Amino acid sequence: MKRVVITGMGIYSTIGKNLDEVNNSLYNGISGIGIDPKRIEDGFRSPLTGIIERPNLKDLLPRRLRIGIPEQGEYAYVATMEALELARIDEDFRLKNEIGILYGNDSSAIPVINAIDIVREKKDTMLVGSGSIFQSMNSTITMNLSVILKLRGINFTISGACASSSHAIGMAMILIQQGLQDIIICGGGQEVNAESMGSFDGLSAFSMRIDEPTKASRPFDRDRDGLVPSGGAATVIVESYESAIKRGAPILAELTGYGFSSNGDHISVPNVEGPTRSLENALKYANTRPDEIDYINAHATSTPVGDLNEAQALYNVFGSRPPVNATKSMTGHEMWMGGASEIIYSILMMQNSYIAPTLNFENPDEYSAKLNLSGKRIEKKIDTFLSNSFGFGGTNSTLILKKYNKK
Amino acid sequence: MTREEIIEKVNGFLIDEFEIEETRISPDANFKDDLELESLDFVDIVVIIERDFGFKVKSEELVHIRQLSDLYNYIEEQVKNKN
Repeated sequence: MKRVVITGMGIYSTIGKNLDEVNNSLYNGISGIGIDPKRIEDGFRSPLTGIIERPNLKDLLPRRLRIGIPEQGEYAYVATMEALELARIDEDFRLKNEIGILYGNDSSAIPVINAIDIVREKKDTMLVGSGSIFQSMNSTITMNLSVILKLRGINFTISGACASSSHAIGMAMILIQQGLQDIIICGGGQEVNAESMGSFDGLSAFSMRIDEPTKASRPFDRDRDGLVPSGGAATVIVESYESAIKRGAPILAELTGYGFSSNGDHISVPNVEGPTRSLENALKYANTRPDEIDYINAHATSTPVGDLNEAQALYNVFGSRPPVNATKSMTGHEMWMGGASEIIYSILMMQNSYIAPTLNFENPDEYSAKLNLSGKRIEKKIDTFLSNSFGFGGTNSTLILKKYNKK
Repeated sequence: MTREEIIEKVNGFLIDEFEIEETRISPDANFKDDLELESLDFVDIVVIIERDFGFKVKSEELVHIRQLSDLYNYIEEQVKNKN
């Protein structure tokens, strides 16, 4: 099977609008979480959310290419342009080579709501406008970016709840290993707006630590009380080793393992057995022993039961040795985007030899006490890391990446 | 509303919202060849007409609109009928 590497990455998030800003936030433990006044007005239980500014694409894209793009598509465009630049893939190269796109996205609430409001009020579907349908579909990011970037390879969206973009990277890995594609643009996008989060807020899954927004997301801490929704977009360029070498592209990491499983259990309550199998499958796929993992980026969303069960799964497979952290302590839960963004956070840490702090990890619970967690940054060389992403319906995805080594 | 006011409004939204250069706008400008608008854009023109002129367009009425003066004429006629 072909070797698979990462040759580009780009990010637009609540902790930075590009790789440098994000690396700085990770290194210094800066939170991207705050309060959304609209959620207070709308009667949300929790107004806590990742805070993000929408980019202005008006000078970057002509109208026809812009009007089908929803909020999360704007983030995805900016992240993808950063990734393509780093990977040295310009328009000329894209026109001459078959490049694919597999992106994670699992909602697009605002355009759907706006369209229905117009139809109900005006009783005339033409008044919805031409961009709405392209903004409304789950595949909005892949349909827009494939047109903007003139892509001619594989082209579809993966919707696997909060594991969407992790699965997208895993699927790309398999296609490239099989020799079916050489380069695939992968990632995940997540809208950040009250309308898309109301039904989730209603499940009482969000933190209520409203007085201290930056302390609300506290994965693995004994006093955690729920997740903080967040978003943005993250893109990685997944490429065959041969293609990367041939065109002299930078190799940021090698992708060696993808594990997946389904819990076959409850729709929203995770278990221990499913994630354990996902971890074991990823290790087997990568032909890597548990003691070879230098760092684990946990899924850890800061919900009481989710973190509890992941801690047990991690302990079952790895024991207490490898350092574990939860970048969601800074970003909040980036959901459809999280699998891809956490690969980028981890690569940044691998490149700069540190493990970011798990913010607000002050007191462990019975199970997190058995893991190697720290509320402070650790300076550490990382050669191999593992990243977990789990989602509603019990979908689990685990990726393993290594520092690039010629051998 | 006078014809001049209609022309001003139509040209205004073509420049501001469709981002068409002012120099390309003239009564005999063809939507497809000169202004490079496509069928999807006509959906948005319908939305703007409803917003700016207060009447609903039926899609079959747009079939004969080829150049900008056709649109001015169509809107002028509809505005008159409304009054």
